[in-house]
Order: sequence, then structure tokens, then C-alpha cells
Amino acid sequence: MLKNWKTGLVFLFLSGLILLFIVAPLAGMFLQTSGSQYMETLGDTQVRESIRLTLLASLAGVVIFGIAAIPLSYVLARRSFPGKGLINGLIDLPVVIPHSAAGIAILGVVSRGSLIGQAGEAAGIQFVGGAAGIVVAMAFVSIPFLINAARDGFEAVPEKLEKAALNLGASPWRVFFTISLPLAKRQILTGLTMMWARGLSEFGAVVIIAYHPMVTPVLIWERFASFGLSYARPVAAVFVLLCLVIFTVMRLLAGTSRNGVKQR
Amino acid sequence: MLELKNISVRLDSFVLEDVSLELGTNDYLALLGVSGAGKTVLLEVLAGLLKPEKGEILLNGKNITGRKIQDRRIGLVYQDLSLFPHLRVDANIAYPLRNQKMSKEERNEKVRELAREAGVEHLLDRYPGTLSGGEGQRVALARTLASDPDVLLLDEPLSNLDVKLKTGLRALLRRIHAQGKTVIHVTHDYMEAATLANKVAVIEHGRLVQTGTPEEVFRHPETEFVARFSGVKNLFRCRVEQGNEAAGMRHAIVGGELSIGFLGDNTESEGHVMIPQEDIIISESPLETSAVNGFQGHIRKVYLSGSGMEVVVEAGVEFVVSVSRQSVEKMDLQPGKQVWITFKASAVRYIV
Repeated sequence: MLKNWKTGLVFLFLSGLILLFIVAPLAGMFLQTSGSQYMETLGDTQVRESIRLTLLASLAGVVIFGIAAIPLSYVLARRSFPGKGLINGLIDLPVVIPHSAAGIAILGVVSRGSLIGQAGEAAGIQFVGGAAGIVVAMAFVSIPFLINAARDGFEAVPEKLEKAALNLGASPWRVFFTISLPLAKRQILTGLTMMWARGLSEFGAVVIIAYHPMVTPVLIWERFASFGLSYARPVAAVFVLLCLVIFTVMRLLAGTSRNGVKQR
Repeated sequence: MLELKNISVRLDSFVLEDVSLELGTNDYLALLGVSGAGKTVLLEVLAGLLKPEKGEILLNGKNITGRKIQDRRIGLVYQDLSLFPHLRVDANIAYPLRNQKMSKEERNEKVRELAREAGVEHLLDRYPGTLSGGEGQRVALARTLASDPDVLLLDEPLSNLDVKLKTGLRALLRRIHAQGKTVIHVTHDYMEAATLANKVAVIEHGRLVQTGTPEEVFRHPETEFVARFSGVKNLFRCRVEQGNEAAGMRHAIVGGELSIGFLGDNTESEGHVMIPQEDIIISESPLETSAVNGFQGHIRKVYLSGSGMEVVVEAGVEFVVSVSRQSVEKMDLQPGKQVWITFKASAVRYIV
């Protein structure tokens, strides 16, 4: 179809338009930030602290909630049970609701008056206005990316390989860790990366749980609201560049294996 | 010893019904049936991958019907091999060994030993995706043998292989069987069954319709299905003696003393010969022809077969000969009559 030059031209034009739509605002942001502004922003302790907090909080969310999410993905991939469709729908819920609403919902669960909030305070963990709350908010809105990717990954692993491993005398645990998990590795890594990325960019839910300590999306908002575009832009440019570097590296690392099978 | 007692399984519209079998430690059973007859389902029930609705499986006297897959000591080689694609050949073979207490050196040595036995020692550092069908089959066998099963289940192990690879793999299967393992070999190829197994079971629509030795099943089919399915009557286990090598002639010693001449350049000392029943001529006296195989015998049975008739002649072993009704009437062929049977060496097919 694309060999027809008229059709090809239309598709090329529309594709270019969409790519421009994605790239132009970001390119504009990078180009409108001068070298001295980059250096100044990188030297700003508040910016550095917020970036560190954002990266670590999102990572903590991935590690803590990902451990439980991967077995759930496996169950969803392998078992049929009443209400499975409903559970799959529930998993997508954090993606489709407004994130400020998600923040309100989480606040109800981790506020100081709640059971979890009180238990956290007793253990010295502060959710509202604390890093723990940021971790929960980031994980809440980003966990569907991991669960869906991991479920697709496990579904792509032939069940027969697991049965073959059981037949060879392996325990169900060993089968999971040596067959299912390695073969779904690529999709799981993609899911983990997407979850982390989505956590990094979260603003709506985080700002309701914890305005302080300030994650970078909140800092960008605060600088924009208080000082205007020219103060917020360098922080946004530095943060986006950093994220681009990290994800490019992660993509490259994930690209070294396909479907968990080592390439020769 | 493996016993199946009245095993029944229901899978959607398919039913495996009332299957009973008894196999000794050194038995090699060929489970024959067309696609969809229930062969693979039966293997999966034995391996514990499917739970029977009723019936019992006994292994060496112990009821293993409800036992976990990994504790059954029944190894299954799938038709698609199910090699782990992310592990090298050596790691695939070592997979079952990691469940056993042994040092890394012992494990590596065992992997090399199994690989040597299966003829895949040179492939140890390869990934399954780079192996040919025959190589993959050998690796899958070596891996299953590493789990040291009492019973080996093979799901169509020779399908999709060319003739040369089949011959090599058949020899490997014989060696494995000679180690004292009970083997159940699923196939839809009666030649495979005849040349490997000492017992044959034919399955049709989820039911075992006949079991016995290959000779019993193929020469005395109890149902039309078995008769049509097997299609082979004159199949004999034999010992090969070298004959006139210049002319490419060999002699197969059948039934202890009957010497059947055939053409071939094989070097094996044991195998099977098959003579198509249509290629045998029946006569009242010896024929002066170029055919080298002529034997005297007496008729044991005469019966209708399709549009013609079949005559069973006892001449040291039982030959089945296809003849027309007119010939039966003209020659007055009836049980007890002395006759001669003649066939060419080129009509004899030798199978390893």
C-alpha cells in the first residue's frame, strides 16, 4: 500500500507531523535554555536534592511494589478464575482516573487518622508530607505498566516448558525462577522501566500527599507558579535530559536480550 | 513395572476411556494411533500433567496416581522437545541434575557422559534454537535421561526426521532401552512400532483396541481399524548373515533357520525383514524363476480380505499371501494343503 507514492506521501506527512508534535516542544525547551542556565541549575542544591528524591522514590516504589506485582502478573497470565476480567480492569484503574483523584484516594488510606498512617507513625514512617507517601503515590499510578507488561511476558512463555521442567524434577519455585521469570525477563524489564518512568513524572497524586519534600515535577510547578517560565524551564530541561539519558541506557541494556533468549 | 488400571479422562469433547495396560521393566511399548486418538493425552496422564477422572497408575507396585509431577520418576520427551531456549545445551541437560545432590564437577562429568551417549557432546555450548531436528531430539533425550526416570515416555520422537537421522536415533533408543528402562513410544507409524517395540498397543477414539507383540497385532489384527492401520503382515525379526557380497546379496535368518535372501549394503547384524504380501507367489510345485526365495509349507488359513483373499502359509514362519478368489478356487487352496511360496530378493525390505 505504501508503495503507491500518493499514499506514501500522505502517510509520511502525517507521521512527520506527529513526530514534530512530540519533539518540537522538548527541543524548544532545550534550545531556549542557555549553557549558563544549565550549569546554574545543575549547581542548585534544591534542584539536585529534588532530582535525587524523585529518582530514588520512584525506584523504591518499583522495588517494593514490583516484588508483589510480578507474582500477581503470573497468576493473571496462568490461571482462569471468576472475576479475572474485573481484576484486569481494576489494575488499569490508576491509569484512567485523574491523578489528583488518585492522590485524594491514597491520602484517605495513609493519612494520620487512618490505620496504615497510625501504624506507619508508630514505626517512624511518615506518609503525609514524607518520602514514604511519595513512594506510595508514585507506585499507585505507575504499577499498571508493570503488571500489564509482566502478564503479557508470562503469557508468551509456553506453559509446556514449565510442565517439562516439573517433569524433570524441579519444584514449582525452581520452575518459576529458572524458566518462567527468565523467559519473561524482557517484558518484565520493560514494565519495570515504564513503571519507574511513570513514577518519575508523577505530579498530581504526589502533590496532594507530599508537597514537601519536593520531587522535581512539584519543584518545576512551584518555580513556574512563583517565578514564571524562565525559572521553571531550566529545571524541566535538566530533568528531562537526565531521564532521556537513563532510559536510553536502559533500553540499550534491555536490547541485548530478546525474549530472555541470549542472542548469538 | 508399570500398571494402568481403568484410566479415564475427559477433555472438552475428547474422552480417554477405561485404558488398562501392564508393562514389565524391560518392555518397550509402541502406542499406535492416528492423530487425535488420545496417544499424547495418555502420556500426559502418566506424567502427571493431566489428572485422570478415575483409575489408578501403579509404578513398581506403588500407586502414583495422585503423586506430584516432579516425584513420579516418569520422564516425558515432548514431540516439540520443549528444550529451554534461554539455556545452552549443557545447561538443558544439567537441569534435572541440579535437583540432585552432587558437586559441580560431578554434574559436569554426568552432563558430558549423557551427551556422549546421545551423540551431542560437540553441541554442549550451543543454544537450542541453533540445533537441527535430530540434534534437538538427542538433547531432549539426554536431558530426560539425566532425571534417571524409571519410565521413559516418547511422544513421536522420530517424526519430522529424515531416513538417515531416524536410523541413528532408532539405534540410540535401542541403547537406552537396553539400559533397563520401560519405554512408551507414541507413534502413528507402524514401521517404527514394528522395528523398536516388543509390545504394541493400538488406540482408537480414546480406547485401547488391541495390545500384544508386534507380530500378534500386525498379523492377527482384531479389528478392521487395526488391520487397516497396520497394513503389515509379513514382518519378521531377523539375524543377518553376509551372503554373496559382490552381488549385494544378504541373508536374513528368520525363526531360527529360515534363510531369506535380500538385497542391501547394510552392516547391522540384527533387524527386520518385510515382504509385501502382494509380492509372494503361491504355487503347487517349486517354480523355475529368477526369484531366490522359494519355501515349501502348508496352508493354515484362508480368509476373505476386501475384494480378494488372504492365505496364511506355514513355512517355518507364517507368511500371509494375497490371492484372488479365482486362484483360490482354481488351485483349491484350503487349510492343510502343501504349497510353495516364491518371492524375489528385491521384494524383501530390510529395516533396522
